[in-house]
Amino acid sequence: MRPVYVVGAGMTRFGRSEWPLVDLAATASLAALHHANLGKTPVDAVVVANMGAGRINRQTAIASALVDRLSLWPAAAEAVENGPASGASAVKVGYQAIAAGMAEVVLVTGVEMMRAVDGLEATDFVASLSHPEAEYIYGVTLPSLAGLFTRLYMDRYGVERRHLALVAIKNHDNAMKNPYAHIHQPVTMEGILTSPEAAVNNPPVAEPLHMFDCCPVSDGAAAVVLASQEVASKLGAPRVLVAGIGQATDTHAVQERQDPTDLKAVRLASAAAFERAGAKPSDIDVAELHDAFTILEIAESEAAGFFKVGQAHKAVERGETALTGKLPINPSGGLKAKGHPVGATGVAQIVELTWQLRGEATGRQIAKAKTAYACNFGGFGNNVVATVLRKEER
Amino acid sequence: MASVTDLEALLRPPAMEMPPYPPKAITLASGEEMIVRQADREEMPVLLKAIYPLLLVERDYYDIVAARLYSELLAYKRYRVKDEYVLVGLIDGVLAGLVNGRLVDGKVGMSYHTLTIRRGLRVGSHLFAAKMEYHIEHCGQDEVLIVAESPIGFRRWMIEYPLEKKYEVQHELGGVPSWVLTRTTYFEAKPRLVSGRRPVPADKLAGAAVIHLPGEETVHLQVTGEKGGKA
Repeated sequence: MRPVYVVGAGMTRFGRSEWPLVDLAATASLAALHHANLGKTPVDAVVVANMGAGRINRQTAIASALVDRLSLWPAAAEAVENGPASGASAVKVGYQAIAAGMAEVVLVTGVEMMRAVDGLEATDFVASLSHPEAEYIYGVTLPSLAGLFTRLYMDRYGVERRHLALVAIKNHDNAMKNPYAHIHQPVTMEGILTSPEAAVNNPPVAEPLHMFDCCPVSDGAAAVVLASQEVASKLGAPRVLVAGIGQATDTHAVQERQDPTDLKAVRLASAAAFERAGAKPSDIDVAELHDAFTILEIAESEAAGFFKVGQAHKAVERGETALTGKLPINPSGGLKAKGHPVGATGVAQIVELTWQLRGEATGRQIAKAKTAYACNFGGFGNNVVATVLRKEER
Repeated sequence: MASVTDLEALLRPPAMEMPPYPPKAITLASGEEMIVRQADREEMPVLLKAIYPLLLVERDYYDIVAARLYSELLAYKRYRVKDEYVLVGLIDGVLAGLVNGRLVDGKVGMSYHTLTIRRGLRVGSHLFAAKMEYHIEHCGQDEVLIVAESPIGFRRWMIEYPLEKKYEVQHELGGVPSWVLTRTTYFEAKPRLVSGRRPVPADKLAGAAVIHLPGEETVHLQVTGEKGGKA
C-alpha cells in the first residue's frame, strides 16, 4: 500500500444555508483545492459523502454533479452513503484509491442540507438508519436510543447530568473559537442545569438527555484533498499522513448487543486504526469525536482507549479534555456546537485535525500537535470509522 | 360639527383599566440575565425601529410577524387598538425579543405576536410564557386566544403547552381558527414553561430602564442564522 497524505482541507460555515446543495459542496471543495495549491496536477477522482440528498433535497448522483460544477472532468466520481459515517467512509474510499495506485489525487467532499426540511422530518430521516422492524416501526429515533444508552451509562458508571453539561459547556466554548461552527453561543452550568430557569432553558428531549445534550440540525460541507507521496512531496506545505484507518460494525438493532454500553465497533475500529498507524491511544495529541449527544463523547473516548471504561466523565470534570488539557477533545466544538450535517461530519473532523496538525487552527490551536484521532460514529454505533493522522516533518 | 378633540375621542377605542406587569429576571442558558418588563407607549418608536429591518426577512415568517407587529405597535402608540400591552426582554439593556397582546374583555385575552431577536436561548419561549402569565395571573383572565403564523410557533405554543382548539372563534390575525390557553392549561404548564424571579433588584431594573437596540446587521444575522454557503 502506498502512503496517502492530506494536502488540503476546507469547509463552509455550518449552520443554515440558502445555497443549493452542489454549490455548498463546491464551495468547500474549492477551499480545499485552494488550500492544497496543486497547480496543474489533475484531480483523478472525486468522492462525495452524503446521506440524504435523494430524500431531503430531491437530488441524486451528486458526485457527478460536483465534478461538473468544478469542471474537473474527466475525473472519476462516486458518492458514498454510509449513514452518519459517510464522511469518514468517503475518506477511506479516497485513501484506498491512492494507496492502491489507482489515483494520485482524490478530492473527498462531504455535504448535507438538512435544514431544507423541518426538525421533525430531519429527525425521522436520520431515524431511518435504525433497524426497520426492531426499532424504526416502534418510533425509535436517534435521540431516544441515545437517551436509553445514557441511562444505562449513568446507572453503571455514575455519570451524572452535570458531566454531560460539562461536555456541552466545553464544546460550546471551543466552537466560539471556530469561525466555521454552527453555534456561537456559550452556555453555563447555571443556565442549563442548576438555575430554576434551566428547566425551561434546557427542556428534555429524551430523558436524561436535554436540548443542550443534543447536536443541532445543520447544513454544511467539508472537503479534503488526498494525494500520493509523489504529489505531496512536491507541495511546500506541511505533510499530514493518513497513518491508519480502521472500520468495524456491530449489530443493527441495539437490543441485540450483549452489552449495549459497550461500543464494540468504536473499540475495534480504533484498535485497527492504531495498529495500522503503529500508534497507541497515549500518542494522540488531539481528537475529534462524534458527540451527536454529549454522552457519546464520554463513551467513545473510553472505547477508543483514551480512558478506562467508566472514567472519562471524571477526566472531563478534571478538565483533561479541554483545549488546554492533557487530551483536548473536539477543539472544533464537535458535533455538539460545530454542527452535524451528517454526510459532511466525518470529513469535517479530518479538516479540523489537518488544520491542527498544520498549526492552522487559529484561536484553538493545540500546541505541538503531531498525532490526531477521529471517530466517525455511524448508525447507533453499528458502523464506525476511526482515523489516525500524523504530521510528518519535512 | 365636532371638534378635532371630540373626533379623536370617537376614533380611540374605549380603554379598560389594565394592571401593570411586574418585571422579572430570567437566567438564560448562556448565564446571561434577561429582564422582562412592560414597555410604555412612549417606547414604541424604538421598538418600531427594531422591527423595521425584519419586514423583508422571509425566513421563519419573520416578515409577516414583523409587518403585523409593526402595525400593532403603531396602533398602540397612536391609540388605535383597544387594551394592548407590550412586554420586552432585555439582556444588558439590549432588546432580545418582545411580545404583545390585548384584552378582549375582562375574561378573554388575545395573544398577538412573539418576536425573538436573540435566537437560540429560548427567549421567545420565556417571553410567550410571560405573556400568558400576564393574562392569567395578573389580569385574572380565564382564557387567551392564540394562533401561530410559523411552524416554530405552532410547536412552541400549540404542542408544548398544549393548547386546545377553539375553532369557532376566528382570531384577529387573519381569521385563522383560534386555539385557546385556559387557566387549567396554564397552571399545568407553569412548572415546565414559566420561570423568572421577582422582585428584580433596583440596580438591575435601572439597567433595563432604557431599551437599546442591537445593530441592524447583528439583528439580521441573529434572526436568519445565515452561515452556510460562506467559505
